Amino acid sequence: MAKKEYAFYPGCSSQLRGSASNYLTSVNTMCETLDVKMTPIPDWNCCGASISYAGAGELSRHVMNARNFALSETHLPGQDVVATCAACWLGAKETKQKLDASSQLMAETNEALKEAGLQYQGRTEVRHMVEVLIEDIGYEGMAQPVVKPLEGVKIAGYVGCQTNRPFGIAGESFENPLYLDKLVETLGAEPLTKYEQKVTCCGGALAFSEPEKSQKQIKDIVESAYDHGADVIVTPCPLCQANVEIYQSEINRRHGTKLDMPVVYYSQLMAVAYGATPKAAGLDGHIIKPKKLQEIAVKVVPVDLDQRTRRPRGENH
Amino acid sequence: MGAPGEFNLAALARYGNDFLAEVEERVEEGEWVKMCMQCGVCAGSCPFGPDWEHSPQKIFMMIRAGKRDEVLASDSMWMCTSCYNCVVRCPRKLPITQIMHGLAAYAHRLGLAPKMQPTRRWSLLFWDNCTKTGRVNELKLTLGLYFMDGIVAGFKQAWTLRNIGLGMLLAKRLNPFELIRGHECKDKAGIHRMLKKAAEIEARKRGFAKP
Repeated sequence: MAKKEYAFYPGCSSQLRGSASNYLTSVNTMCETLDVKMTPIPDWNCCGASISYAGAGELSRHVMNARNFALSETHLPGQDVVATCAACWLGAKETKQKLDASSQLMAETNEALKEAGLQYQGRTEVRHMVEVLIEDIGYEGMAQPVVKPLEGVKIAGYVGCQTNRPFGIAGESFENPLYLDKLVETLGAEPLTKYEQKVTCCGGALAFSEPEKSQKQIKDIVESAYDHGADVIVTPCPLCQANVEIYQSEINRRHGTKLDMPVVYYSQLMAVAYGATPKAAGLDGHIIKPKKLQEIAVKVVPVDLDQRTRRPRGENH
Repeated sequence: MGAPGEFNLAALARYGNDFLAEVEERVEEGEWVKMCMQCGVCAGSCPFGPDWEHSPQKIFMMIRAGKRDEVLASDSMWMCTSCYNCVVRCPRKLPITQIMHGLAAYAHRLGLAPKMQPTRRWSLLFWDNCTKTGRVNELKLTLGLYFMDGIVAGFKQAWTLRNIGLGMLLAKRLNPFELIRGHECKDKAGIHRMLKKAAEIEARKRGFAKP
């Protein structure tokens, strides 16, 4: 497979010791196996997320995203900007769409960018890592490097909101996107296709300002996973991951429940299936340990397989 | 920003009783409000629907009915979780999430938004946090939220959620040293200059008081 190259927009939460730092760890491991080169946009900045609207206003938000576009055009010309965070992707894509549609907004944005010595030409394409996997690598390409199929692991695919709406992944429906289930199947695990909280909102940023209302959402998301017999929930969104994992103890405290459901990223599933150590798959970054995945990750598989018989070399001699 | 009250009076004088015209001109995506056909799908699709005093559907009708104070002082728009469910289901394709954010931001700008509304304060805290260095400082953001209502309330909140904090620390997803020095952009100064300019341009364009 030819090496693919992208301008990487990792986002604030993925930084070292950030709330989604294990997401980045597993993405790096996954990309290494898939021979995908992710070069961080030099000096990238925060997208402002969805919650900053009251302080930000309209143009400031677009200018923040356009700064990243301008930097990627300058330093990584011709490469698509790829975000791993749902909010980064959504914010950047919204800006891209707005600037493409309005030459006035584009001119205003560049007037502001000039103050930072930058100019945006309008050539940037914005994509999510999931799009890269599905569209550029393909399910077959994702299946190829699997050395440890995730056999017997039942997985609830929790897509959440912002990787799904308003843009979503091409060819998928907003109400019942199937890509996460397909990905789970590709890795040899069992997707719980009837999981009905797939696209329910976890409360997003309001988990902080409206904790009780958000925890009601999270409770539904986790309890439904239990109802379907899930071993683990998988998600493409760092805020979904954090909210749904972290607040289970709070829900238990308030409601006397015993929720203890691990929540991982798609990239962690892939890293484990590709033979990564628990650390390289970011499995050490959880409050609720994903035990089934840890067991698979530490299991020693015969590395030196005879490609034709899939038996350890020397067994037939 | 000039004194919010002053600007509010100026805005009122210009539009008289025509609140819809005011929203169209001054609120992000406000020009879409007149397109609402009152089907109510947004109200039924909202995860926090039961918590809104006025659903988006009602807000749109109230704007058209000129209920300016009721809309801008409402805490309804601040209930939006940015899930975009209403946007994708709206038969008229209104960018409802963006309109709710736009209305909330406008109400805040005029000084009419409920002062103690937690999401309003959280939103301001977030923007201030991420623009200070160009990147979010998660520790300061969290502590800022805990201590928003004072020292005592802050320690109480931190104590209540101590297990979460400890869990995150052990999972290496929280860095205590961020209090001293967090991640930041190299060109902070450039970011500050460009944001100042952006605020000036927006004020000029929408007729807001100078930032």
